[in-house]
Amino acid sequence: MALLETHGLTAFYGDFQALYGIDLRLEEGETLAIIGANGAGKSTFLKTVVGLLAAAPESVTFCGRPIGGLAAPEIVRLGISLVPEGRRLFPSLSVEENLTIGAYGRRDGAYWSLERIYELFPALDARRYAPSHTLSGGEQQMAAIGRALMANPRVLLCDEVSLGLAPIVIRNIYAALPRIKASGASIIVVEQDIVQALQVANRVYCFQEGRMSLEGRPEELSRDQIHAAYFGA
Amino acid sequence: MMAWINTLLQGVMLGGLYALFAAGLSLMFGIMRLVNLAHGDFIVLSAFVVLVLMSALGLDPFLATLLAAPALYGLGYALQHYLLNQTIGRDILPPLLVTFGLSIIIQNGLLEVFSADSQRLKAGAIETSSISLGGGIALGTIQLLTLVSAIGVILALNLILYRTELGRAFRATSDDPEIAQLMGIDNRHIFSLATAIAMVVIAVSALYLGMRANFDPTIGPARLLYAFEAVIIGGLGSLWGTLAGGIIIGVAQAVGAKIDPEWQILAGHLAFLAVLVLRPRGLFPRAGQ
Repeated sequence: MALLETHGLTAFYGDFQALYGIDLRLEEGETLAIIGANGAGKSTFLKTVVGLLAAAPESVTFCGRPIGGLAAPEIVRLGISLVPEGRRLFPSLSVEENLTIGAYGRRDGAYWSLERIYELFPALDARRYAPSHTLSGGEQQMAAIGRALMANPRVLLCDEVSLGLAPIVIRNIYAALPRIKASGASIIVVEQDIVQALQVANRVYCFQEGRMSLEGRPEELSRDQIHAAYFGA
Repeated sequence: MMAWINTLLQGVMLGGLYALFAAGLSLMFGIMRLVNLAHGDFIVLSAFVVLVLMSALGLDPFLATLLAAPALYGLGYALQHYLLNQTIGRDILPPLLVTFGLSIIIQNGLLEVFSADSQRLKAGAIETSSISLGGGIALGTIQLLTLVSAIGVILALNLILYRTELGRAFRATSDDPEIAQLMGIDNRHIFSLATAIAMVVIAVSALYLGMRANFDPTIGPARLLYAFEAVIIGGLGSLWGTLAGGIIIGVAQAVGAKIDPEWQILAGHLAFLAVLVLRPRGLFPRAGQ
């Protein structure tokens, strides 16, 4: 049984349909990458999985249990955390408060603590009492990942963590992935940076206009296949 | 000279009352962006609850308020949970309309039950006692207690907001309700707790409203106006600013009344307008936004 599965998942913004039946499977211990052009539905997919958008009960299962349509706070308690696009730290909370509030709905059997987050991202340690809006983009991204980890997720969803960051900062952030996996979390990253995505992922899904256009292991996919799936043939 | 110092002190203490009126409003707006147009009427309603408890159980106003507070806490939670949460969303109009309707319902309900007679929360000897500061200046005990209570209430609210897990959840929800849910925070529950706490502040306001002056079912909207002005002067979202705002209105009214008793109310509103012109975002706008 897969850790997280979607079956014919659809999503709507009002009358506008953003996802047309996505079937996706995440195994325990896996890292998945979802790639696709702007507006392909990648972020919408993550938002639907964490309960910010409505879904039919059976269309999302977690350890075999239907969780589609549950409220977002319930889903985070089950062990699915999202690092949202654009980081979205709480501006009136300090860095440490942002991390602490990540543990508000945490699962039992806690691996992550403030100390372990500071170990993972030493840059945050020096800034722990700073207001979160004074951090650099890279530090903000680290804080956003740390905040999501504080819930001790079994599934960590990362939405465009490299967006707007310098290459060296992106490398630093991706360097944390092995430790995050070692903590027992399986990971789905949504990336526009295809090279980065192919490097870290065990399997890749490509979305195009709300549909799945390609699925496979990075080493099995050719450039042309990805190109066609990304932009449409 | 002494007379002016006295006026100033009386104004500061009156400002304590306005700060109490404003604190509950400020809390609800700060956390939910919800403007409660029935705020003044809830203060009057609470004063009647205290009055009923006093006459039914033979209590003094302080004890009666202590007894009323948990009930009002529950009322606040239920009000938010069953009614106001349904109105909160991207559009700010529905909560305005609903609380405006509540204002009318409360006023008319109170008129129906208690008639239009003026009431008072009789506190006995403390009403006329005062503390002499020498030089002909004396502070009324209740007036002084009002200010001390206002400071106490704002101190307590700040402790909740900045020193507790609940306060962190309040601030996070106020910053970004969507992301707050991803932390496992149930916004609706958080909002209901905020209104519940605001109702306890309202109970304290009602105690001093009723002990200091007469009240009847129709005076709520005017209290709302003072509360509003205090919140705006202080800067939205800042509770200490709200205290400062209350005191500015109180002092302006006292000074106005000293010049000519007819100017009391007008002077308060003029001070409000002056601050709006000079500092449109209030004296202490919340940083980082």
